[in-house]
Amino acid sequence: MTSQTMAPDEVRSGPAPAAGGRKARPSPVGQLVRHALLLLFLLIVLMPLYVLIVTSFKSGREIGVDGQWSLPEVWTTASWEKAWTALGPSFLRTFELAIPVALISSIIGAANGFVLSRWRFPGADVVFTLILFGMFIPYQAVMIPLREVVQFIGLPGGIPTLIFVHVVYGIPICTLIFRNYYATTVPVELIEAGRVDGAGLLRTFRMLILPLSGPAFVVTVIWQFTSSWNDYLFAIFLSNTRNGPITIALNALAGAQSPDYAASMAGALITSLPTLVVYVLLGRWFIGGLMAGAIKS
Amino acid sequence: MRSWKRPWLSGLLLISPSLILLGVLVYGLIAWTVNLSMQDRHNARESKGFAGLDNYVNLFTNDINDRFTHSLKNLLVFTIVFMVGTLVMGLIWALLLERGARAEGVFRTVYLFPMAVSFVASGVVWRWLMNPGEGDDAGGLNAVFGGLGLDFLQNPWWTDPDWGMAAMAVPAIWQLAGYVMALFLAGFRGIPNELREAAAMDGASNFQLYRRVLFPQLTPTVLSAMIITGHMSMKMFDLIMSVSGAQWITEVPAVYVWQTLLTSDYAKAAAISVFLLVVVAIVVVPYLIHVNRAEKRS
Repeated sequence: MTSQTMAPDEVRSGPAPAAGGRKARPSPVGQLVRHALLLLFLLIVLMPLYVLIVTSFKSGREIGVDGQWSLPEVWTTASWEKAWTALGPSFLRTFELAIPVALISSIIGAANGFVLSRWRFPGADVVFTLILFGMFIPYQAVMIPLREVVQFIGLPGGIPTLIFVHVVYGIPICTLIFRNYYATTVPVELIEAGRVDGAGLLRTFRMLILPLSGPAFVVTVIWQFTSSWNDYLFAIFLSNTRNGPITIALNALAGAQSPDYAASMAGALITSLPTLVVYVLLGRWFIGGLMAGAIKS
Repeated sequence: MRSWKRPWLSGLLLISPSLILLGVLVYGLIAWTVNLSMQDRHNARESKGFAGLDNYVNLFTNDINDRFTHSLKNLLVFTIVFMVGTLVMGLIWALLLERGARAEGVFRTVYLFPMAVSFVASGVVWRWLMNPGEGDDAGGLNAVFGGLGLDFLQNPWWTDPDWGMAAMAVPAIWQLAGYVMALFLAGFRGIPNELREAAAMDGASNFQLYRRVLFPQLTPTVLSAMIITGHMSMKMFDLIMSVSGAQWITEVPAVYVWQTLLTSDYAKAAAISVFLLVVVAIVVVPYLIHVNRAEKRS
């Protein structure tokens, strides 16, 4: 993303002296105002994070109305310990949920996306639209019978059930991302050349397509990891505090009538940490891939 | 040899497990829910028979305190504020970043980071920020307003009976404006440079350039942003449960479904769910068809 980002400007201002006369050239004052605004918005966006961090290190006595926004007088990790005691087991469980979901969803998405873009069958467009609709449904519309269905299949409650539902309801978005990715990056000629050489579907997919699929994998892995990690709706319908993911445990910790704000905020940070790490490490590719998919749809 | 005559057959085979799963778990379960919504089944026992559209009619005409229409009104307020808020903030950020800024990557990353956080976690801090206390009792954002001498900005946030849902949209805007920004940035980058150059040659001012040349090109972006935020809004559940919990003042249909299920009124919960689905479908299905056609043209 970042390397391409600057490209249009370089191209524009570089070789065309005629464009030098255009009125659109930013003035120094304009630049200053622009950066000041960017900085102001940056602070506003980061404000909740500041509150979370500061409050989580305060002791119970400091959580009054006075000095709410100030740094702790005494930094203490007591609330972090309390939060970890409440969230620890579900924290580890949620990895057992989010990692398989991310991997399985991505592989299914790659296969589907490949078929729907480069190994098409008659009616592929209609099928794709039908798949895509599954992404937009309010899950309440399937939730009531879903509980009976997973019981009927005999899936153990908690994480295995949630892996199954996240994979299934993640098929539309993963298929979309891979389909759009292949449609824009894999030349049809490549597939045809493979066919002439007698390569069947699976060999083409494995040898020609998968090696090109890195960027799309990054997007679906992050997307599915984050959405299964952050999900609350499926979790509350299909699991409980003993076998469910971290959002359930956090809500139990923070949702009490008179919540312990310091512990809740430490808990909120613990809950957010893995997705934030994933995002900071891979975010650049994520935005790039996301935008590539988003333009198309 | 067969696969040479119909090479697509293997593709259909590869995709068929997904099709079966979605067929059953999306379309099958929707049909199940639709059927349930037309049963006379208002407790844990078996259905007492077919009720037609009674459950739907009752939602509008025979719900205690007009609870359902109340939840729809809440949803409407939330949706409008949420959609307009994310579009405006997303567009402002994209405009500020669009022509390159110093440390652009940092700004983009920070603006987008709330998207990585779960509503349950952000709800914890937003409940604190949106402390309804005012004056001497002010806490959270109201305390900031007080400290800055902007007391008139102090407000009861989501506890306001009329406009509380507008406040509930604030955390949602915080969380998704960055995503809309990314969509707009992608839209801007997709506009061919020749268009800008041509406008510059013609002596167009900056304002004219955006107004007449660039914004019209962004219509598809605005459309997808509205579809994405709009359907998220219909589903909004986590955030509300986390900020306010389930209570009358902030109830939306998605929360109402959950509350209704707790009382084992399955048919009514199903009717509300199907109603939500129909609203989403009315918007999304034409959009999907439109996208499909646009793709075929190109």
